[in-house]
Amino acid sequence: MTAARALLTLAGLVASLSACSERPAVPTASGPTLAEVRARGFVRCGAGKDTTGFSAPDAHGHWGGLDVDTCRAIAVAALGSRDKAEFVPLTGQQRITALLTGEIDVLPRTTTWTLQRDAGGINFTIPNYYDYTAFMIGAESGAKTLRDLDGATVCVQTGSLTEIVFADVARRTRIVLHPVIFDNVQSTRQAFLAGRCDALATDQSALVALRAMKPSHHFTIIPASDDIAPLTPAVRHGDDQWFDIVKFSIEAMLVAEHLGITRANVEAKRQSRDPIIRRFLGVEPGNGRALGLRDDFAYQIVRQVGNYAEVYDINLGAASGLNIPRGPNRLRRDGGLMVPIGFY
Amino acid sequence: MRRQLASRDLLRWWLPQALFALAVAVVGAITMFVAAQNLSVRGIVLDFDFLSSTARFPLSESVLAYSPSSTFARALVAGLGNTVLLALVVSVFSTLLGIPLALARRSSHPLAIGTAGTFIDAVRNTPLVVQLLFWYGVLTVTLPPPGNALQPIPGIFLNDRGLYITSFGITGTALPLFLVAMGGLLVVAVLAWRGRLHQASVVTLAGVIAASVLWLSLGLGIAPDVPHLDRYNFVGGVSLTPEFAAVALGSILYASGFAAEIIRAGIAAVPAGQWDACRAMGLSERQCLRLVIVPQALRVMVPPMTNQFAAILKNSTLALVVGYPDLNSIANTTMNHTGHALECVALVALIYFTLAAMISLGMALLERRSGRWAL
Repeated sequence: MTAARALLTLAGLVASLSACSERPAVPTASGPTLAEVRARGFVRCGAGKDTTGFSAPDAHGHWGGLDVDTCRAIAVAALGSRDKAEFVPLTGQQRITALLTGEIDVLPRTTTWTLQRDAGGINFTIPNYYDYTAFMIGAESGAKTLRDLDGATVCVQTGSLTEIVFADVARRTRIVLHPVIFDNVQSTRQAFLAGRCDALATDQSALVALRAMKPSHHFTIIPASDDIAPLTPAVRHGDDQWFDIVKFSIEAMLVAEHLGITRANVEAKRQSRDPIIRRFLGVEPGNGRALGLRDDFAYQIVRQVGNYAEVYDINLGAASGLNIPRGPNRLRRDGGLMVPIGFY
Repeated sequence: MRRQLASRDLLRWWLPQALFALAVAVVGAITMFVAAQNLSVRGIVLDFDFLSSTARFPLSESVLAYSPSSTFARALVAGLGNTVLLALVVSVFSTLLGIPLALARRSSHPLAIGTAGTFIDAVRNTPLVVQLLFWYGVLTVTLPPPGNALQPIPGIFLNDRGLYITSFGITGTALPLFLVAMGGLLVVAVLAWRGRLHQASVVTLAGVIAASVLWLSLGLGIAPDVPHLDRYNFVGGVSLTPEFAAVALGSILYASGFAAEIIRAGIAAVPAGQWDACRAMGLSERQCLRLVIVPQALRVMVPPMTNQFAAILKNSTLALVVGYPDLNSIANTTMNHTGHALECVALVALIYFTLAAMISLGMALLERRSGRWAL
């Protein structure tokens, strides 16, 4: 009897799991995501809950951040308007499941590109930010290097790569670190600020953002290693067209910066005689069509969202108050890792 | 006659059963088919191989041995250990706390009734999540940092990193002593269970003497491990984290409100005539309670207590909000690092289902026995 009940329960579980997805079963080759997004009228993006600089609602409830603008660029490409984007706040633990089950169309949410994740049913497009894991500790502790952290309690957020980097640091350097692990950014920060932990481990950009919000405190930031974490928007397996659209929505911002096209001059640049610029802006048609988009999608992205430098400046740079140096996020020609890919 | 009855049984009893079972099987098969199709459209393949890969992530605490180089399966087992520990602690202590609360509400003292009633209402009528966050906030914000740790009793330190208690280790080969002590305790427990208190006390005394002789002859000693402040934290001794303390304390208080009401209802369900009849037989009040009232009350209490223990088990998944690594939270982490969401959800559902079924089974056995019980 109990066995029969167990079977029933399992059947119910599978039923509810399959019912979670309202998406009709459609063949994958013809690019179902774009058709679906157009039918729905907006792009649904996974967002952070309170990741200042990347995705966070402001005091008026308007979403802002580098990842939010990435999503807006995708909305412009797919639907022609930066406002046709909806943001679904997700914890680190929920985000990949949300993408896999079709709850969101794309995941631009400070997600580090790793082998295990890539192999696990999602495809990473193109990094929109290069970050690294670091520890932040009160300056009064006098800690300067990783070794000074021996014996410290560290607040870590689960569902992020940070927890693995954290464990690796302890295993590699043989220092003892006591983790206290939470499932969301807020609890992790709050526990750190309440004194539950000596240090906070997360992405360097998030630490800088937190430090900027607490000017009365003095904090030291110590890199966990010399590894770099490419934060990369991801899509589900099985829709190559959508995969390409997301890649070139991000690239449009990088290429615009490379070509010196800004929100201010994009209109004037349409008159340019440079064939590269003319192709990029869709004055000479072909590029948009190849992706199943309108030919002026890159022009619209720059006009409505901006080039990468502008987006960076508003969200993470001087104009944002966070003042995070571009560092590896500069274009390749400026010594960074951001590579503009040809719109040929 | 018997034959006729059997054929009528076939129609009235077996046929509807068979039809129902068939309907369930058909619905189940359709569900499975649709699920399988939707999964293959999304390129999701059910595959449990990942369980033997290295988990890589750390756990803040675990009663079972675990390190980041353990496998995902091992991590889930560690989570199961933490969940079982938490559920056991909460079940035992909430029931123990429920008894005086129930008795206070049944007493004739207005202050006791009012206090117990207010407490029960307060804990039962606020969400458990809120209570857990409240206790966690109280523990981490009000307690001092390790540098100014409170020391209520020498050797015990309390700070916002947890409670640190001096532990005592036995130096030397203590195995014979351990075996004697365990055997002695077992005998005493059995004797006490059967009500042979006199024999139990004799065995206890003999055990203490035997242990002392062994202690001296083995040349054992005691080495205290006093917690002391290192650069950041206390080290040494045994410790209890604020995360476990908050989730255990919050859950115990919450569950005790429900336990108290179940116990009160159980006692109230025994008709007053039972007291009168018992007294008329010349038994004392205590004997009446032990031999007549409680056995009958227990029988009433078992089914709601089964629900209560199952609820405690399921509520333990809220440990996530205060950072205690229970099974559910570790499964979420595993899902995140492997992408095997379906497998993890199915595994976790199966494990919780099995645990809850074990609770039901245990309580059913208890129910069967409770008729023969006398405390």
